[in-house]
Amino acid sequence: MNDLAPQPESPAPLLLMEGIAKAFPGVVALDGAALEIAPGEVHAIIGQNGAGKSTLMKILNGVYRRDAGSIVLDGRAVDFRDPQEAQSAGVSTIYQEINLVPFRSVAENIFMGREPRRWGLLDRERMNRDAAAILARLGVHVDVRRPLGTLNIAMQQMVAIARALSTDAKIVVMDEPTSSLDDREVEVLFEVIRGLKANGIAVIYISHRLDELYAVCDRVTVMRDGKTIDHRAVNGVSKLELVARMLGKEIGEVRRSGATGFRHQGARVAGEVLIEATGLQGEALDGASVSVRAGEIVGLAGLLGSGRTEVARALFGADAADGDLRVKGKPVRCSSPRDAIKAGLGLCVEDRKADGIIPYMSVRENLTLAALPALARRGIVDTTEQRKIVDRFIARLGIKTSDPEQAIRELSGGNQQKVLLGRWLCLDPSLLLLDEPTRGIDVGAKAEIQELIDELADEGLGVLMISSELEEIIEGADRVVVLREGRTVAEFDAVDVSQDVVMHAMAHGENHEPATTVAG
Amino acid sequence: MKRVDVPALIRAYGAFIALAALILYNSIFTRNFLSIGAFNANLTQAATIVIVAVGMTFVIATGGIDLSVGSLMAIAGSLAPLFLLDAYQFGTPVVGLALAIIAPLVATTLCGAFNGVLVTRIGLQPIIATLVLYLGGRGIAQLIVNGELREFRNLGSPLVPALEFLGLGQVLGVRFQIIVMLVVVVLAAWVLRATTFGRYVLATGGNSSAARLAGVPVNQVKMAVYCLSGFLAGLAGLIVVAINRSSDPHRVGEYMELDAIAAVAVGGTPLSGGRATIMGTLVGALIIQLLRFTLIANNVQDGITRMVIAAAIIIAVLAQRQRVT
Amino acid sequence: MASAKVGPVAMDERGAARDRVISAIQRQGALIALVLLVVFGVARYGTTFYSQYNIFDAFLNNNTFYALTALGMTFVIISGGIDLSVGSVAVFAAVTAARLSVYGLAPALVGAVLAGIFAGLINGWLIARFALQPFVVTLAMLLAARGAGLTLSNNAPVMVDFAKGFTQLGMIHLGPVPLPVLITAVLYGLGMLLLNRTRFGRHVLAIGGNEEAARLAGIPVARTLVVVYAMSGALAGLAGAFLAALSFSGSPTGAIGWELSAIAAVVVGGTLLTGGIGSVGSTLIGVLLLGLIFVTLNFERGQGTFQLNSFWENFIRGAFLLIVVVFQSRLAKRGNAAN
Repeated sequence: MNDLAPQPESPAPLLLMEGIAKAFPGVVALDGAALEIAPGEVHAIIGQNGAGKSTLMKILNGVYRRDAGSIVLDGRAVDFRDPQEAQSAGVSTIYQEINLVPFRSVAENIFMGREPRRWGLLDRERMNRDAAAILARLGVHVDVRRPLGTLNIAMQQMVAIARALSTDAKIVVMDEPTSSLDDREVEVLFEVIRGLKANGIAVIYISHRLDELYAVCDRVTVMRDGKTIDHRAVNGVSKLELVARMLGKEIGEVRRSGATGFRHQGARVAGEVLIEATGLQGEALDGASVSVRAGEIVGLAGLLGSGRTEVARALFGADAADGDLRVKGKPVRCSSPRDAIKAGLGLCVEDRKADGIIPYMSVRENLTLAALPALARRGIVDTTEQRKIVDRFIARLGIKTSDPEQAIRELSGGNQQKVLLGRWLCLDPSLLLLDEPTRGIDVGAKAEIQELIDELADEGLGVLMISSELEEIIEGADRVVVLREGRTVAEFDAVDVSQDVVMHAMAHGENHEPATTVAG
Repeated sequence: MKRVDVPALIRAYGAFIALAALILYNSIFTRNFLSIGAFNANLTQAATIVIVAVGMTFVIATGGIDLSVGSLMAIAGSLAPLFLLDAYQFGTPVVGLALAIIAPLVATTLCGAFNGVLVTRIGLQPIIATLVLYLGGRGIAQLIVNGELREFRNLGSPLVPALEFLGLGQVLGVRFQIIVMLVVVVLAAWVLRATTFGRYVLATGGNSSAARLAGVPVNQVKMAVYCLSGFLAGLAGLIVVAINRSSDPHRVGEYMELDAIAAVAVGGTPLSGGRATIMGTLVGALIIQLLRFTLIANNVQDGITRMVIAAAIIIAVLAQRQRVT
Repeated sequence: MASAKVGPVAMDERGAARDRVISAIQRQGALIALVLLVVFGVARYGTTFYSQYNIFDAFLNNNTFYALTALGMTFVIISGGIDLSVGSVAVFAAVTAARLSVYGLAPALVGAVLAGIFAGLINGWLIARFALQPFVVTLAMLLAARGAGLTLSNNAPVMVDFAKGFTQLGMIHLGPVPLPVLITAVLYGLGMLLLNRTRFGRHVLAIGGNEEAARLAGIPVARTLVVVYAMSGALAGLAGAFLAALSFSGSPTGAIGWELSAIAAVVVGGTLLTGGIGSVGSTLIGVLLLGLIFVTLNFERGQGTFQLNSFWENFIRGAFLLIVVVFQSRLAKRGNAAN
């Protein structure tokens, strides 16, 4: 281990955060987190969801106040009370969701809060001129008087970066900056990051995509459970090792058992075709096709924005979409989730908090929400029957809750997901659409859920599983369907396909036969 | 050691404590407070607030708000007398009486449906959608009666007393609208607790996107609560004109939206939706009424009374405010 | 070039052209309607329509109340809020002005404006400091300010003091222009400058467009909101002073429905009721348009075309509000779909 120890300390770090602690009511978010940034370096922070990356950044940029610890910036101890103070001290943040005002012009967004003035009045000419100059430094040429909302997402992100530059930042924090960009745009972003570095500006880079680290970052800090676990140079550390550090496992363990809880892949015999969709058209969809049989897990792979989620939502009737849709061979029109549920479908959404749980309702009510029509006589709910069902599924799914009457928001992510799975399973569905079923769930519960999905498919349930974790797709699915730009571009038998082949299809969209032969 | 969460305790029991304190104060310092007369008078006044606030509770539980209730009361109040102008306006007086009760309720329910359409089909924010009738509805009421106050004694139908029974009649010594109020409260509490609809209301307010994906007919639920709120506002409007034995389009239901929202908030239903308590709303309305009664009984001026009530509303909303995280 | 177009592109072009027409109507609709109405009025009623007295004294002077409250409301609505208390605050200020009129014009005027600022500061403080919903706070203020007006007036209209010059406020003319009209015009000029050419104005727009982004950008959100509601209060207070001067009394029961007039004028002009987009000029157009509609209806009534009582006014304002709000939400949806 020692040969991989941090590089020799540079004489004066630009930023030194030590012993940072932060607690929210009921949760300890950070406990002994540390971070050291050298001038002009690109520094990655990685960790699982909930490891404390975002909280640490929000303490750095003044959104939260820390409970303990010290921050030294440029040799001075600092204590930012709000984002403005952090900004004027040289810390600028670009958030995952672009946090700007769509109605206002590009220039106004860049200078928001620091609008140039002359004689006490706004100096609009100077503002437009300066904005155009900053954007030009990034190689972006756009009419700065246009409302920001009329630009595409990648361009809006460039505006956010320009805003950071205009504040004379010493450190730019980028939180998942590539989550909504395509390959070409990511390349442009990397160019910009290299440009910042050349100008002596340090970049803190937070991303789930480990490959990106190797492309632009110099050093990496690993966080787990609110603590800083490790920090080292990116060169010479393997991806597997980083994953092991993030998960808190030994490398050998990860290598031996695979990363997931799936075991039964390829051992099942698929039954009748449950659902068959061809030529789906709609938002982010451009002719995607997919089919699922009883007793099989179909993995739906694709980059962000490839239309993965949209396919699932279209099948479920959640969004309006055109195309040919057949359930068990019969043409149907699922125009609402209610219809889809009646047809035997269930959808576990990607964002549980936004689209899944009813936070203040109890576990009991959340679990039986979709089953209420079946549980009610003339609109009156049979609570005895309801309790019986809930008890059964709490036991069957291993949901850890003190009481079925507990509000669901008090449960951990993994247990919330189990309740949401139970919401569909108690209806005895024939097909489950699972959008990122294990995202943001701790390692133990993750494996449990994966085992459960395996068992359900064994019992004859059809599963369409979307995941951005390729291991999950490769190890779990019986068949892999790859989407790109709203179209189905490739389909593989998952038993003998490699990650590289799937990734190639995701990135380039080629359905070359060689893909399958390479694996053999 | 378990720490006592004082703000949470206040949120949970504050309304009951406040009500008990008001009752205790008046029992000691207000003469005749414990008489049947005062009891009837207070509950009579509270009844209309409770009825409207029950509808408001449902709307707020879905994450909405209904600012139009006061104006809808005025519309109901101004419609009712039109059917009782003389005995044989509709053949027989009975038809006139039936219309005088049914037509206003249908009209305000339709106004509620109009609010619901603006919210569900047009996609307006509930505040903006119901602002239209809040601001314009009283204008409609004034138009219906040409802005004139209509005295019931000037109406020709022999069944006018039957309409007045809504506000002035007694059953076994209890004022009729108190019975109406109790029926509304019990029914509403039961619906919220026991039925699919009640759960759909809470699910819609708790997370409408998640509710829709779980098969909850979110738009129909919203339509239903705005219709319900309109219907109950109409009922309250009829009771008010019956009590007053006259219909004044300027005055009927004035500030009712505020009283109703206050009753809901004071009772412990958060304005952010997803949770609701009908019993709390009942207690909240009683608090608002008793507060007003206490001030008047102590000869506090009308103007000061209004300011105190406004302050009480703000304090209640502050106490219910969700912790911003 | 046009011949080379293939189907879908041509359709897109048509759609874009339609969008342009629609957005032009949205942006300039109120102005177009205003111009048409003026042309109609001049053609139909001739010189009485544009006589000096009719324009300045009958029309403009009587619309200063609405113009002032609408000006404050413009800033409130652009910031993403609403102020339902303007009518009550104006009444409180009118009573204050009437009470202070014994000390002369200036104390009465300043007192009324301060009364309005006081109410507005409470609104703004509660909304900004405690993140309470603006409609709840201003609805409570509607009740409280009316109560303050009743208390201050002992529940009866307060006659103004004629001897000390307060009533001059309604009588002084500069050339043909009555003083209230002049003051209102100057304030609209300042309002435009404030919204378009100062940091404060841009911050109000940014807060209404995305409050969270504004906060993260270091804009002093709370302070800006407090100032916005205080401005609305101040302008309602000034309107109250004008009301007292023109009606010779401060009546605790006056100014009913002013919030509707103000909100309708702001929205009809083209300011988005959900915040983030709007202008002072468009509010002025909205005020003039609604005012002119009622003048036209009066003329028609005078000519015996139809019988309409004054209760139609609120109905018409409400109908306009409804139509514009529905129209705006349609456009907003179209805008979202385009992105």
